[in-house]
Amino acid sequence: MDLSFFSWELISKYVLNGFYFSVQLTVVATLGGILFGTLLALMRLSGTPLLAIPATVYVNGMRSIPLVMVILWFFLLVPILIGRPVGAEYSANITFVAFEAAYFSEIMRAGIQSIPRGQVYAGQALGMTYGQNMRLVVLPQAFRNMLPVLLTQTIILFQDTSLVYAIGAYDLLKGFVTAGKIYGRPEEAYLFAAVIYFVICMGLSYLVKRLQAKIAIIR
Amino acid sequence: MAWDWQVFCRNTTEGTIEPGCWAKGGDITYLEWMVHAWGWTLSVAVCAWVVAVVVGALVGTARTLPNSPWLVRLANAWVELFRNIPILVQLFIWYFVVPKLFPLFQQVPGFLLVVFALGFFTSARIAEQVRAGVQALPRGQRYAGMAMGFTTAQTYRYVILPMAFRIILPPLTSESMNLLKNSSVAFAVSIAELTMFAMQAQEETSRGIEVYLAVTALYALSAFTVNRVFAFIEKKVQIPGFIVAGGTGGH
Repeated sequence: MDLSFFSWELISKYVLNGFYFSVQLTVVATLGGILFGTLLALMRLSGTPLLAIPATVYVNGMRSIPLVMVILWFFLLVPILIGRPVGAEYSANITFVAFEAAYFSEIMRAGIQSIPRGQVYAGQALGMTYGQNMRLVVLPQAFRNMLPVLLTQTIILFQDTSLVYAIGAYDLLKGFVTAGKIYGRPEEAYLFAAVIYFVICMGLSYLVKRLQAKIAIIR
Repeated sequence: MAWDWQVFCRNTTEGTIEPGCWAKGGDITYLEWMVHAWGWTLSVAVCAWVVAVVVGALVGTARTLPNSPWLVRLANAWVELFRNIPILVQLFIWYFVVPKLFPLFQQVPGFLLVVFALGFFTSARIAEQVRAGVQALPRGQRYAGMAMGFTTAQTYRYVILPMAFRIILPPLTSESMNLLKNSSVAFAVSIAELTMFAMQAQEETSRGIEVYLAVTALYALSAFTVNRVFAFIEKKVQIPGFIVAGGTGGH
């Protein structure tokens, strides 16, 4: 075990690029996933079979196959669908938004269902339309109730971004693997990767815990 | 785009279509290869599940023990360690780093290293569920055990754990399905499981869509089977009047 080969040069040359991509992928997938996930949740709760059934099939379908397979699927299909070859990074962004939407939709569905019926009735009594009721009454409360769960899912999502290894996208893990190969120190690179992921995820979950205590609604 | 399902009947070395989709002699068809790969996926998942449940139950129980603060801290550290590192990184460490650091592990086959990686990763999640299950029980259960003169071990064995495990069956079901899905990361260390098959067969045959569809269907089928098995167990071990299936009621 020799950790002396670690230098700022190694980090700035190989690891940082990957780190930026992992963060970018996490942010895009979280925002996109919450947006589409909320839409899927609203479809499932709409009471209209025409909307509810496709959303249910999509969510359950996505949740029953491994993420690695979804990543491979999109890497195969995205170029066919948009008619030109795309890079692994581009494909990964689309994959993660589509995949995480299914998971975020389950969280948002639970959040929406946690809002007491009376809130919806109050909105209706004020003459609000469905859209107004959702936007002004239900969704803000659902987001607030579910914020810790959404953020926890984001931490899991950050860990999952390492699976883009399957299509060779250059993420944080790939950065370490590449550096390990070039410097001839793969074992140390894997260990260092583990430490970095651990520190980031541990730190984030500590922040989520603090937040949870702060925003908990006292009932 | 036309379907070409005959790709599965192709001989993997000759490329010729085999009658009956099953090659003779030393050769195999893609269908046979896929069935073997499915077997690897299931073997990895089942073995890792056993590791995960045994370790997860021990660690999860340790986290709820009264009067053993160091054991609780150790178990909490276990959970944080295995939960906050991506499975792929853990897999690489088991596969590449552990045998380097501990020569003893050089004799251990790669299959077992993958089982350890997946098993320990999942054990942290199961430990979290076991802890939640134990803590969900009314305090009176523990006191009742003490009042009967049980030791701590007996209280856990006869009073707390049988109830806690019934409570956590639904989350344990989804965690077991997750484990099955997570077994797909074994491709990264060249275990001949379904995802590895999908990647290689796609490359060799260029019939990615057919290959991926079949593999995806096998994963979904396997996950669904796990789901049904657990639903069956849940029904079998249900205690009338205590924990009502579906999570409502109870006491």
